[in-house]
Amino acid sequence: MAYSDKVIDHYSNPRNVGTLDKSKKSVGTGLVGAPECGDVMRLQIEVDENQIITDAKFKTFGCGSAIASSSLATEWLKGKSVDEALTIDNMEIVEELALPPVKIHCSVLAEDAIKSAINDYRVKNGLEPIEMPKSHH
Amino acid sequence: MLKFPIYLDNNATTPMDPRVLEAMLPYFSEKFGNAASRNHAFGWNAEEAVDYAREQIAALINCNPKEIIFTSGATEADNLAIKGVFEMYASKGNHIITAVTEHKAVLDSCKHIEKLGGKVTYLKVDEKGLIDLKELEAAITPQTILISIMFGNNEVGVIQPIREISAIARKHGVLFMSDATQAVGKVPVDVEADGIDLMAFSAHKMYGPKGVGALYVRRKNPRVKVTAQMDGGGHERGMRSGTLNVPGIVGLGKACELCKNEMESDTARILKLREKLETELLKMEESYLNGSKESRLPHVSNISFKYVEGEGLMMGIKDLAVSSGSACTSASLEPSYVLKAMGMSDDLAHSSLRFGLSRFTTEEEVDFAIAHVKEAVTKLREMSPLWEMFKEGIDLESIEWAEH
Repeated sequence: MAYSDKVIDHYSNPRNVGTLDKSKKSVGTGLVGAPECGDVMRLQIEVDENQIITDAKFKTFGCGSAIASSSLATEWLKGKSVDEALTIDNMEIVEELALPPVKIHCSVLAEDAIKSAINDYRVKNGLEPIEMPKSHH
Repeated sequence: MLKFPIYLDNNATTPMDPRVLEAMLPYFSEKFGNAASRNHAFGWNAEEAVDYAREQIAALINCNPKEIIFTSGATEADNLAIKGVFEMYASKGNHIITAVTEHKAVLDSCKHIEKLGGKVTYLKVDEKGLIDLKELEAAITPQTILISIMFGNNEVGVIQPIREISAIARKHGVLFMSDATQAVGKVPVDVEADGIDLMAFSAHKMYGPKGVGALYVRRKNPRVKVTAQMDGGGHERGMRSGTLNVPGIVGLGKACELCKNEMESDTARILKLREKLETELLKMEESYLNGSKESRLPHVSNISFKYVEGEGLMMGIKDLAVSSGSACTSASLEPSYVLKAMGMSDDLAHSSLRFGLSRFTTEEEVDFAIAHVKEAVTKLREMSPLWEMFKEGIDLESIEWAEH
C-alpha cells in the first residue's frame, strides 16, 4: 500500500512528539486505543486561562497513518480554543492526509484522543465532561 | 554496493536464479511445443524437457519421477491433495486432521470439505509452534483418511516432527500429506525416509519461476490416488488436466537441481548470516524470537520488538523489504493467526517482523538491515506511549484499554 506524501512527511518528521506534565491542572491527557488492536495514542494539551491551547504533544504506538493522524492533530490544536478543538472532525484528518478507507480508524482514534484530552482537562477544572462519540476504530 | 530496497522477504517469494531463467528461455521461443503432442518433434522435445525436469525434482526429494504431478503452484497442489483425497477415499472415511498454523491453502481446502460434509480436526500448537504427537494420535478415528501437516511454517519457520507424524499415520493406515512449500530446496526432504504420501511444493520459493509447482503422489506402499479437481485432457496420469507449463516446469526442474547441489553450502552461509542478524537484533531490549529456535528452517527469523507496531516499523525501514505479523491493513485488524495460535498476545504479534534470507543475501545487506532496524525501533519507541509507560514501570495490563 502506498502512503500519501503527507503521511510520509508526518511519519518521518513528526510534529510535537513528547510528554507534558500530566499532574498540572492546565494539562489534559487523552489515552485511547489498545495495544491488542495495534494502536494506542496519547495526546496531551496545555490550556491557558483564556481557554486557548498553547501546547500539544503526542506519543503513538501504531502504523504510519496513526502516527501521522496524531501528529497532524497536535499541529491543528495549537492556538485553537478548547471549543474550536472540539469541532475537529475525523473526516478532516482523512482528507488532509488522504487516508485510504482501511485507515479511517486512525483518524477516528485521533478525534477520540482530542476529545478525551479535552475531557480530562475539563474534569480537572471542575467542568462537566462532554459526551464521547462511540469509537469504532 | 548495496542496492535498495534490500529484499529480505524470501518466504513470500525468491528472486529467480539466473541459471534457472537461462534454462527456461528456449522453451518460450524455439522449443515451444506442447508436451502432449505425440506426432512431431516439437512435442517430443517438450516432453523430453518435462521428463528431464521430473528427474531433477525426483532426485531432490527422493521419489520416482512418475510420482510428480505438475500444478500451477503449491496452492493448487494443496487443494488437489486435500479435496482429491477426500473424494477418492470417500468410501473409507471423511475425517481429516490438520493444524491451526497451516497455510490458508490447506485450511481453506479443509473448510471446503467441511461444507461437503467432511469432518476436520484442527490440532493446536504449543508456544514454539509445534503440534503435540499424542494429540495427533488421539484424534485419529476409524473415519480418518488423511493427516495434513506442513513441513516448515511460512511465518516462523518451525519444522514439525515429520517422521514421527508419518510413523503415527502409517501405524493407523492413514495417508500423510505435507505442505512442504517452504522446506523443499531449503532443508533435506526425502519422501521415503520422511514417510510422506503426498507433498505440495512450489518453484518460486526456491529460486524458480512463479506459476508452477507440484504435488508428489506416492505410487507404491501405499499406492495413492487423488480425484482430479479439473476436467480436461487427462494429463498427469489423469490427476491434473491442462497443457503442461513447459518453461515453468523446466525452471522448477533446474531450481531443484541447483538446490540439491548447493543446499549444503547455501544453508551454511545463510545460517551464519541469520545468526548474526538474530544475535544483534535480540540484543535490543524487549525483543523476542518467535517460534522454535532449534526446529526451524534455516532462512527465516521472526522477531517481535515490543512496544513498536509492526506496520509502523516497516514504514520506518523502507529500505528493507520484510513482512510483519501485524495485520493493520486487514479489515479485521487481526494480527497473524499463526503467532496467535502459538499463544502470543495480540500486542506482541502486532510488533513482529519476519526476515527471510536467501541464496543471494549478502553479509553487507544483513549488516545494513541490523543497523536500519535498530535505528527505526529506537526512533519509534521514543514515539511510543507504551514504551514510556514500560520505562516508568507501569504495568500495561493494569490499564483499562478502550476495547472496540
